[in-house]
Formats: sequence, C-alpha cells, structure tokens
Amino acid sequence: MKPRLLAEGCATRLAGPLLFLKRTVDVGLNEAVEVSGADGRTRLGRVAAADIDTLTIEVLESTAGLALSEIVVRFVGEPMGFALGPGILGRVFDGVGRVIDGGPPIPARETYPIEGLPWNPVARDVPRDFIETGVSAIDLMNSLVRGQKLPIFSGGGLPHDRMAADIATNARLARGAKGDFAIVFAGMGLPHDSAEFFRRRLEQGGALERTALFLNLAADSSTQRLLTPRYALTAAEYLAFVEGKHVLAILTDMTNYCEALREVSSSKGEIPSRKGFPGYLYSDLATLYERAGCIHGSGGTLTQLSILTMPSDDITHPIPDLTGYITEGQIVLSRDLDRRGINPPVNVLPSLSRLMKDGTGEKYTHRDHPALASQLYSAYARAVQTRVLAAVVGEDGLSEADRRYLAFGEGFERNLVNQAGARSFAESMDAGWRLLKGLPHAELTRLSDEQIARCLSRA
Amino acid sequence: MSMAAIRWISGPVLRATVQGSFFLRECVRVGPKALLGEVVRIDGDEITVQVYEDTTGLKPGTLIEGEAKPLAIRVGPALLGNIFDGLLRPLTGIDARVRPGARAAAPSRLAFSPARQVGDAIGGGESLGELRPAAGRALALLVPPDVAGELVSIREAGEYDDVTPLATIRTADGRETGVAMSHSWPVRVPRPVARRLPMREPLVTGQRVLDALFPVALGGKAAIPGGFGTGKTVLLEALAKGCAADVIVYLGCGERGNELAGVLEELPQLVDPRSGRRLMERTVIIANTSNMPVAAREASIYSAITVAEYFRDQGLHVALMADSTSRWAEALREVSGRFGELPGEGGYPAYLSSRLAEFYERAALVETLAGTRGSVTVMGAISPPSGDFSEPVTSHTKRYVRAFWALDVKRAQARFYPAVHPLQSYAENAAEFAPWWNENGNTQWLELRRRFLMLLDEQSRLERMAKIIGKDALPARQQLTLACADLVNEAFLRQNAFAPKDRVAGPAKQAAMMRIIGRFIELATQAVAAGLAPDRLARLECLRPLVRMGEEIGNDEPEKFEAVGAALEAEFHALIPTPEKRDEAAAAG
Ligand SMILES: Nc1ncnc2c1ncn2[C@@H]1O[C@H](COP(=O)(O)OP(=O)(O)O)[C@@H](O)[C@H]1O
Ligand SMILES: [Mg+2]
Repeated sequence: MKPRLLAEGCATRLAGPLLFLKRTVDVGLNEAVEVSGADGRTRLGRVAAADIDTLTIEVLESTAGLALSEIVVRFVGEPMGFALGPGILGRVFDGVGRVIDGGPPIPARETYPIEGLPWNPVARDVPRDFIETGVSAIDLMNSLVRGQKLPIFSGGGLPHDRMAADIATNARLARGAKGDFAIVFAGMGLPHDSAEFFRRRLEQGGALERTALFLNLAADSSTQRLLTPRYALTAAEYLAFVEGKHVLAILTDMTNYCEALREVSSSKGEIPSRKGFPGYLYSDLATLYERAGCIHGSGGTLTQLSILTMPSDDITHPIPDLTGYITEGQIVLSRDLDRRGINPPVNVLPSLSRLMKDGTGEKYTHRDHPALASQLYSAYARAVQTRVLAAVVGEDGLSEADRRYLAFGEGFERNLVNQAGARSFAESMDAGWRLLKGLPHAELTRLSDEQIARCLSRA
Repeated sequence: MSMAAIRWISGPVLRATVQGSFFLRECVRVGPKALLGEVVRIDGDEITVQVYEDTTGLKPGTLIEGEAKPLAIRVGPALLGNIFDGLLRPLTGIDARVRPGARAAAPSRLAFSPARQVGDAIGGGESLGELRPAAGRALALLVPPDVAGELVSIREAGEYDDVTPLATIRTADGRETGVAMSHSWPVRVPRPVARRLPMREPLVTGQRVLDALFPVALGGKAAIPGGFGTGKTVLLEALAKGCAADVIVYLGCGERGNELAGVLEELPQLVDPRSGRRLMERTVIIANTSNMPVAAREASIYSAITVAEYFRDQGLHVALMADSTSRWAEALREVSGRFGELPGEGGYPAYLSSRLAEFYERAALVETLAGTRGSVTVMGAISPPSGDFSEPVTSHTKRYVRAFWALDVKRAQARFYPAVHPLQSYAENAAEFAPWWNENGNTQWLELRRRFLMLLDEQSRLERMAKIIGKDALPARQQLTLACADLVNEAFLRQNAFAPKDRVAGPAKQAAMMRIIGRFIELATQAVAAGLAPDRLARLECLRPLVRMGEEIGNDEPEKFEAVGAALEAEFHALIPTPEKRDEAAAAG
C-alpha cells in the first residue's frame, strides 16, 4: 500500500457533502480519503475534482459536526476498497463494511475496490440453472435462474420482506438441497424492526451462519447509504468469484438508496432530471445491478434479489422504471390481491423473468413448462380483460366462453398464486394443468395437440 | 506532437493547458495508461477533453498527448465474427474485468490475391484484390475512400496480416500511401458513396408482422420504441439472426452484459439457411454495457455505423441493430451536463435532434465508390421513460425513420410476441414494395395487407363498443369481423422467437400463411352471409391447425400448408353444401 498522506488546516469551504481543500498533496481523482474533525469521528470520502490549487472532496458520510479549522484529511492513496478474507459469513457489518457484531476483525487477504470494474461480456456465462423458490408465481410463471438480477416491485405495507426471507431460506437448485446459497444481505435505510425481522427469519431458517449482513439503518447517515450496496456487492463478488460460492444478494430497499442519491445530487447543485433524480440515475443503478451473473471459470455465481417499494404504488415512477430497464425482469406485488387475501400477492401480468427462456424446458425444468406458462399467461390476460367487461355489461352480458375465463381467473389467483406453504415445482405444474382443464381445449392455442392429449386428458 | 497538462479534472471531463496546437474533435491520449479522449472545446490555451474511460487516478499535471487526427477506428475484414467495445477495441483475449487503457487487436492473417496491376489508376474506395478469411465470405481489399492515384506496387498472392501495407498508391500530389487490408476512418465522418439509390425493395426480416404490415426498406431506417420488458431486445436479436442481410452489426449500447453473452453463445451455433454458414461469421458485435463508461457509450453508435458503412462499401447489404438509442441520448445528456451546457427539453442538449438526424441519415441504399450496390439498414430500439412515446427521443426519432414498430405493454403482458401494436405502428410508402413481393411469390401481398390492417382497425373500434353493450349484442357481421381479426392476431402476427420452426418465417411461408388466412376470411364471410352463426366459427375443426401453423410448419414444408388450406376448403364446403346456398352466398359476398 502507498504511504498515507495527511492534510491539516487546509480546509477552505464546506458545502453540504462537499469539502474544499487547498491542494497541498499530489493525489488522483476518486482516491479515498478519511475526514475527521474535533469530534474524533472519521468519515469516508473521495476526491471528486482537482485543479492546480484546490481539491474537492465528496464526504460520503454526514458532515455535521465538522469545523473548518479542525479538519484533518488522510489520503489513502487508492480508490475506496474493502479488505476481505475467509470468514465473512455469519458476520454483521455496518453500511461501510466495519464489523459491528462484537466479534474479531475479518482476516483480510486482499483489498477489493468497492466500485468494481465492469465485467467483460465475453467472460460471462449465460445464466441457466433453475432455482426452485417454492413460490408458484415465480417458479412456474417467472422462473428465477442462478446469476439473475430480479427485483421485487412492492409497496409500503405489502409482504415483500416475508417473501424475500422465505426465498432466501427455501431457495434450492433443481434437485438440490436447501442451503445451496450463501446470502449477502444489504439493508439500506432499513427500519430497526425490519432488520430484526430478517435476522430472526434467517436464524429460524437456519441460514444465519451462511449470511453476511450489511446494515445501514434508517437512523444512519443517508449519504452512507450510497456506499452500503457497494460494500455488500464487493463482499458478494468475493464470495462468488474468489471463494467460488453460489451467492444470493438481497438488497433492500432500493428506493431508499435512490432517494439518498437524489439528496446528495441536489446538495451538489447538479441539474435534476425526472422527479428531481439526477440524470445519471440509470447509469448509477446499472453499476449495482450489473454486478450479478455467472463468470466463466470462477465456480461461483451471484444472484440478486432486490426489493423496491414503488412510491405511491406507481410502476412508472423513475425508480421502478429505470430498474425494470436494467434488471432481468421484475416480480410485481399488488395491493389489490393482498387485500383479497392472496398470498404472496404477486400480480403476474406485469411481472416478468427475462431469463426464464434460458433456464426452463426439457433440459432444466420440464419439457412442457414453457408452453404451459405461456398458455396460463394468455388465459389469465383474457380473464382479466373479461373482468373489466363484466364490470360494465354484467356477467349476463357475457358469452359462455367468457364466463369460463372469469372462473379461470378466480381459480388462478386462489389456487395457483395463493399458497399456504412452499410448493415443489411439480406441484406448481399440476396446479397449472388443473386450471386449464376448465377452459375449452380448442382455445388453448399455445399448447400443441399432443400436449393437450397428454396433459389435459388425464383425470 | 502537441502536448497539454491537466489543470482541472472531474469525472470524465478535464481541462488542460496546451503546448502546441490542438484542433476541435482531435483524438488525445491521457496519462500513463494512454486513456482515449476527444477535444470538445478550445478556449485560448485551454482545451476541454471528454475522456472515454474511467479517469480514476488522474490529477493536475498529468500529461496529454495529441494524436493529430480525429477519433478514428480501424475497419477491415477481420472485424467479422468478433466482439469489441464502444471504441472498437477487442473484448476477446483480455481480462474478465475491463480495465481502462490502450488496447489494440492482434493482427489477423488472411489470404490475399491481387486483381489490379502496377500502373493502374485507382480511385478511392475501389478494390485491389480479394481477401479470403479462414471462415466466412470473401471480401475486397478496399482502398480508403480518401486515397486515389496510380498503383506503384502490389504484393503477390499470399497470406498476410491485416495491418501490413500490401500496395502503394502515388497520389496526385506525388505522395506515396501504403494500403493494408484494414484502414483507419474517423467515426463521426460518413464514408462517401458514388450516389444514393431509390429504395424499392424491402429488407426481409423473417418477422411476419414486420414484413407483411410494416416493412422496412433495404437501406431504410426503423425505430422500435417500447417500455421495459416489451420485447425490444428479443426482436432485435431475432432480426440479427433471421433478416436477409449479408452482414449484421449488433450494437449493445448501455444495455445488459448478459444479453451480449447470450448473443455470443448462440450465434456461433446457428447456421444461416441462406448461405449455409455460421451466423457469427456475418456478425460484428459492439458492446458498451450499461456499467461501462458513459462517454464511450456516446461514441459507440458512431463506431457501429462506421463499421456498417465499411461493409456496405464492400458491396454488401448491412443491417445495424442499435439497442438502445435512448441510452446513447442519455450519455449525450450526461456529458453535455458536465460541460455546463444549457439543457433543453427533457434535460437533453438542444442538438439531440440534429445528432439523431445525422445518425439515421447514414442509413442508405447506395452505389459504392467501387460501383457496386450496397446498403446500410438501421434499426434502433428506443426506451422511453415510463413507456411514454411523447418524450423527446421517440418524438424526434419519429421524424427521421420511415418504419415505426411500437411495442405494446398490454400485448407483452399477455405474452403475445412480438408485441408490435398494429395500430400505433406504421411504415411509410409500404405500397412501393408490392412489385417486389409480386416477383417473389406473394401476388396478393398488397391486397391482404390492406385487408388485415382494416380488420385490426375495425376490431379496436368494435371492442370499445362491445365494452358498452356486450359482445353478444353486436350484429353477426361485426362478430365475424372480431373473429377474423382475432385470427389475424393469433395465427399470423404472433410469432414465437424461441420455437425452432417459428423463429424465422421466409417469404414463401409468409405468403402461404397470408393466403390461407385470407381464404378463411373470404369463406367465413360467405358462410355468415349465408346464415351461419358467427360463434359457430370458433368451433370449426380447421381453426386450430390454422392458429398453430406458424409454430408447427417449417419454411421447407409447403405441402403441409397445402393440407391446411385443403382442410379449410373442405370444411366450409360441407357447411355450405347445396348449390343454391352457395349461389346465395356468392350473391351476398
Ligand atoms: N418474440 C418473442 N418471442 C418470445 N418471447 C419474447 C419475444 N419478445 C420478448 N419475449 C419475452 O419478453 C422478455 C422481455 O423481452 P426483452 O426483449 O428483453 O424486452 P426489452 O428489451 O424491451 O426490455 C424476454 O425475456 C422474453 O421472455
Ligand atoms: Mg432490452
């Protein structure tokens, strides 16, 4: 490591997160710094701009309590990094990778830059290994594969935490065993009780010792929130691509992250784009979400399951909108289904798994799976459309076929989406076939004659 | 060589004090890693530079070197079958992580046989001989478009690498220039052509909804706007695999790394039925994923179109797929913001529209400088915020493209793919392609296209009405219209990009399907006029095979289409058995 440089008494101005220094040391852009004041606390920061006379430091934690005359800046000499080594599972860190569980420090082997260089697309393997989550709306309709980035689009008060915790504890590879995954959990602006809920659920599921928790709580600095997913993903990449593990990273709540980004951007005086978010929100989110996948020859994989609460349940809001453009699909929870007691309240129509096409079918799940899912989608879309019609003209104004679709829609929500406990993939398939039996066979145009004869004529 | 030293740096933008002279848009190398950059502003002895790579570690005092030429890429035959970053530097043979810094492709070797002789007068863009790659089609050794004169030396047949000069040309001013298999060309300058040709031929895409309803011209331009998950990428990939072009340039601009990995895995395994060669051999992939430096994303679109023009100049038909032009526009916006330019509509710089126009203007069907016929067809995806087509990138693009393939969220949610909305999409002057279809075995193309479009238009009107009064309350003729429109959608427009037989529909298959569906509409109209209840149509035996024929009958099985058609005739014949009835029907029809 390079020798550390110190700057004392050089601070000339402090404006929000930005600290201006007389340039007395020869440091480069984006290098990490530690800023401390009379209060003795060190705050992380980085060199955001430099000219001949001045350095601009972006302080990535709260600047409250700093006085210009007492500021001491230590220059690390390289970009912000996270020193990692074996034994990070079972441990708890704060939002910037410091151990907070009272245990010993991590025996670091190497320091990894938290920004992570972009993966070369040539080094990526196409993700294909089907993960059984036990949730029919996912396994059957929007299959998750190892190395995918799939967010849950939710709303305040909907059971996304429970769903994510269930997936984390139940997820297994096809024909695999529970516990196939190491878990990295990043909480951003998380209320204390949610953090506690996750910890307890993981403990009950026996998953805590294979989990590394990174906690930036609601009471912690919002600026620090921008670093939390970067530290967590650096740890996740280390576990996956250095230690060769299959890692499931849970990031929650991305909305808090984006709001912190908006806050910091506006305090820097940047020109806002949609809804006050900076114009680079897409690129910034991409630097997080793209850190998932399968890297050729590394042995491990990194799957991302992030949770995002849609402001005012609005899927067109910039946060879900830009997320949906980057991630490989989305699982959308619906307040309406939740109110009607459907659990998990997954609205399958706007939900999507882009990688489903690569990880389902003969070689991965079942040869009829893609056609069955497509047929269920088509029928359910028609059922929902018919519902709108029925609301206007009344059920009597509907044709016989339309009435069957209405019944199908009800059944689909009650008996397929809704589930009491985890379902095996085979059980999910059976539930799907059972529902299709209620529809006129001639209209099942997404299925071949052979599939209809084989799968629907059985009792 | 001009030099400069950094005075100020922040993100991808720096200002530097110069020694020597720089010109606007000059390419520069920054610091010890020789990061690529471009001069974007000159003010006295200070230049502003946009750097195309991660600037971590740069500091005041760091040196910058001028290259004395604009940002340029090396184009040549060896590009085919490979993948590059936005500045056309190879991505194969490097680390799993893309590090900033200079990188060049290792020279590749090809067989050359000369076709011109010493003493010949050589024009810019002409061919000096044939190049034979180990895999793929033969290409020409092209003289750069801006070099012309007398051939003073040329190597004999043999195998050479693609950077060594194989010939020397003495230009009018007496200077001698070496010509290698590959040459350098500035990305922001369109390559010259002899002349532009009128476009009367479609680029056959293999996608029924596009070829039949919204065709794009060979040398034309199309836009594919759609919210997230509506199928832009899958459609572009389907076109890259199935369209009838000689060369594909696939640009992943600000999109996912996994998608490019998918293309890279799949194309080498697929065979182009037209040439019998691996699809990868006709493809160049350019990748600037969403997490790569944003400034390079801005440049990548120019790299891509320059590569496309190079292959056009070889006398080939090139299709360029750009996914997505919105990410390019956003990069433009982001970089413009860093320069402190005044933002216009949607925060984009005021020159967004003219930049879009310049880009799409480079699509054309041309006579090349060498006298051959070549084309670049551009198909660009647009990712409008919130899926709202009134935003600046969509609305400006609309002014420059002739084909507009609007993807619809509703269709995508019902997993009806491709989710091209038949009423929001359009193709200007589609009728001009009728003669081409006539010559290529689809004599009813124009008539059936009109009939299908009318049905779809009427369907949306009737459905609105049905929402008020109920479907059953509609008169028989209107119920018939709904049934026929349904059939056009389900049996013809829907096309599964992942079903082996449905992936690509060739012209003959499309013609057969159009004809059968057209015939069904005719017969059903007669039958209903003769008194058949419209809901009886849904129970016809012949209907299911009709709806499934896209997925179940391949391009090379015309006899099966015959069988579907025959079954259709027979069943209707039985429905309207007596001559009196048929006469009645004919009179009504
Ligand atoms: N033509 C098609 N055939 C079958 N499935 C499709 C088709 N187009 C899209 N899909 C499905 O929709 C998903 C999203 O499509 P994609 O092209 O990635 O959307 P976009 O690029 O518009 O965000 C794909 O992963 C695929 O499952
Ligand atoms: Mg896409």
